[in-house]
Amino acid sequence: MNTAIKLLSALVEWIDARFPLLKLWNEHLAKYYAPKNFNFWYFFGSLALVVLVIQIVTGIWLTMNYKPSAEHAFASVEYIMRDVEWGWWIRYMHSTGASAFFIVIYLHMFRALLYGSYKKPRELLWVTGMFIYLTLMAEAFFGYLLPWGQMSYWGAQVIISLFGAIPVIGEPLALWIRGDFVVSDVTLNRFFALHVIAMPLVLLGLVFVHIIALHEVGSNNPDGVEIKKYKDANGIPLDGIPFHPYYTVKDIVGVTVFLIFFSLVVFYAPEMGGYFLEHANFIPADPLKTPEHIAPVWYFTPFYAILRAVPSQFGGVVAMGLATMLFFFLPWLDRSPVKSIRYRGWKYKAALTAFVISFLALGWLGLQAATPLYTWLARFFAVVYFAFFLLMPFYTSTDNDKPVPDRVRYP
Amino acid sequence: MHDGEIDKQRRRFLTTVATVVGGAGVIATTIPFISTMTPSAKTKAIGGPVEVDISGLAPGQRLTVKWQGKPVWIIRRDDKTLNDLETLNAEVRDPLSDVNQQPPYAKNEYRSINPEYLVVIGLCTHLGCSPNYFPSDGQQDLGSDWKGGFFCPCHGSRFDLAGRVYKGVPAPTNLIVPPYKFISDARIIIGDDSGAS
Amino acid sequence: MMMRIFTVCVFMILAPISFAASGDLPGYHIKVDTSDTKSLQRGARIFVNYCMGCHSAAYMRYNRLGKDLGITDEVLKSNFMFGTDKIGDTMSIAMKSADAINFFGVAPPDLSVIARSRGADWLYAYFMTFYSDPSRPFGVNNLQFKDVAMPHVLWELQGTYKPAYKTVTHKDGTEIEVIDGLEQVSPGKLTPEEYKSTIYDLINFLVYLSEPAKFQRQNIGIWVIIYLLAFLVLAYLLKKEYWKDIH
Repeated sequence: MNTAIKLLSALVEWIDARFPLLKLWNEHLAKYYAPKNFNFWYFFGSLALVVLVIQIVTGIWLTMNYKPSAEHAFASVEYIMRDVEWGWWIRYMHSTGASAFFIVIYLHMFRALLYGSYKKPRELLWVTGMFIYLTLMAEAFFGYLLPWGQMSYWGAQVIISLFGAIPVIGEPLALWIRGDFVVSDVTLNRFFALHVIAMPLVLLGLVFVHIIALHEVGSNNPDGVEIKKYKDANGIPLDGIPFHPYYTVKDIVGVTVFLIFFSLVVFYAPEMGGYFLEHANFIPADPLKTPEHIAPVWYFTPFYAILRAVPSQFGGVVAMGLATMLFFFLPWLDRSPVKSIRYRGWKYKAALTAFVISFLALGWLGLQAATPLYTWLARFFAVVYFAFFLLMPFYTSTDNDKPVPDRVRYP
Repeated sequence: MHDGEIDKQRRRFLTTVATVVGGAGVIATTIPFISTMTPSAKTKAIGGPVEVDISGLAPGQRLTVKWQGKPVWIIRRDDKTLNDLETLNAEVRDPLSDVNQQPPYAKNEYRSINPEYLVVIGLCTHLGCSPNYFPSDGQQDLGSDWKGGFFCPCHGSRFDLAGRVYKGVPAPTNLIVPPYKFISDARIIIGDDSGAS
Repeated sequence: MMMRIFTVCVFMILAPISFAASGDLPGYHIKVDTSDTKSLQRGARIFVNYCMGCHSAAYMRYNRLGKDLGITDEVLKSNFMFGTDKIGDTMSIAMKSADAINFFGVAPPDLSVIARSRGADWLYAYFMTFYSDPSRPFGVNNLQFKDVAMPHVLWELQGTYKPAYKTVTHKDGTEIEVIDGLEQVSPGKLTPEEYKSTIYDLINFLVYLSEPAKFQRQNIGIWVIIYLLAFLVLAYLLKKEYWKDIH
């Protein structure tokens, strides 16, 4: 045992003389100081990494058996589900992982809204995160075509037509995206390339940049207090603790709890009532027959509801795009000097509550057929949604914020 | 920082136990990923046994069928060929089929169930090329004492009409005899020898 | 803490709302039990005898059926396999889709995953609501699937039914006749209870057919959850131990 440890140390030394192993270990783990008051909302960053790994690993294994052609795609998925050993498990993990990714990311973003994690000096951290979110949406969109079910096909047809609605360049753009006059085998093959290689590479690069940006400025915390302000004689933040071992050990608990919920779904409710695996997608794609009810997957529905709420086709596309893009500007829309909701005035709390309700309501409305009542409701909630952002400079600068403590309050 | 002494022993214990249990979980998780790469039900079905009708085979004629993606030769041998086999014992590497390249029922001087029919996988045991069939005696480029057999064009290995490999050629072992059985006088099934002794 | 509870509640409320699938006829609810092997075996027989003339189950292999339902190779070959003699083959059919479109106007769909796209309740309503309709090519129509192209292959078992009408008066005074239930015209070989039981077996089988791995996943799942809970205890103890350092 002792010789093993000696050999291992010697190996580490040899590597460290040629690669900054110990430097990286210290800078990013053992001597990277994070605030000691992280709470529940701070699990979701590491969980997002876990889900990314799950998607990549299960994705690679799915690609071993999936066939990206219109003729064989649907059958190859059933082949994986039935004929390939453990294929059903790998498929369910990938489909559950896709939805889990968005749940985790939405909660991760919500944390930023709660504690002002997008504010100076973390604006770039927020912006890189937003680019990750957009890339993730693209990744999910490309991936959803691959099973080649009715919903895959018609969902892609509808979304690509949205691009076709852009004036002047719309039609040629849609043709270019599809590579054909309608969504076809050509489209499927290229979406496969984009989903399996292009978007994952972009995602990995962006995640790397995101974490480097985080480590440069240090994490925010539930009190919104900058821990680097007060350091001890050794230059260590008084309210900071080394990420390793404290947050590594805490995140393992978080990951385990996540895996329990994840496994409950994978093994007992993989379809999740038709939300994670849609019923209509068990019918092979039929270009001649549109399903009665086309809805995007649940994680896109808030934006879909906004799209449908606007009476003009192009106006809807603009509104939908704006609804996503407004998030980018949060660091500059928010005029309050206070970061955390714990010390904000009632105006921001009310606005955030209204925003959450409207986001969830829009999400639900996006899943329903567009009846007159639902359209009116979607318009109402869309207005609330946009008001959260557009009125923010006003209500955050006139809010009666409470005094912010100097040091973190809760251990 | 800490109220009492850091209980190093408890920490090491808990860390070890958690690592061992967690590690077991990680290993258990990798097993399906490895298992999933084994042949699927479809592959096993395609690689299923193949029935062959040998009634039309003339002496010296070779029939080739595909089993598990590999060529399987069925050759009807005449008496002269069978008698000649014994004379080649000194020239082949493994005359008595000691090396395990055949099922027990083919471990005999003819390397087959029925001496009249040779059933072998038509892939050279050197590097997997498919040898050519030269049944006639005394072929020009194979030597005047050639008694019939197979010649592999890739690296020059030679096998006799019982699939036995000659000495002095790159191939190390006799041609493989697949599992098979006769389901009637005129039909054999390759890939299934259930019920064989 | 409040935010946490709020978030969880919202997700829990949203989840069940989805379960009402659109387009299901009300009043037809069936509870399947895919652990009832005998029922699955009966359902498999019905499927092979009545459905496989036109509908394939091209993603299912006979030997898988045998393994999951406890049917031996011999019984499979004599009672279930008509178009092939290889036990590892898929349950495909001889009819070409071009011919099918000629006969029926539309190719009979493959039924491997029909229970996942339509659902058990829809299928139950479908099999229960065929009725005589002389205007249709095969003389039958269906309340769940209006103007369906499929003939009622089970009519010998169920008997024939005709619609009962009722008059509905609209606000503007116009009256129209709508179908208000079905009445039996002539009996079939089975009593209504026996027919229901037959349909139950068939739907049970179709649910199994659409996901044969279901049992496997549910059986393995329990062990995964137990392991994770055990590991959670350890991980939590470890966390607590290290966090004694922090105040």
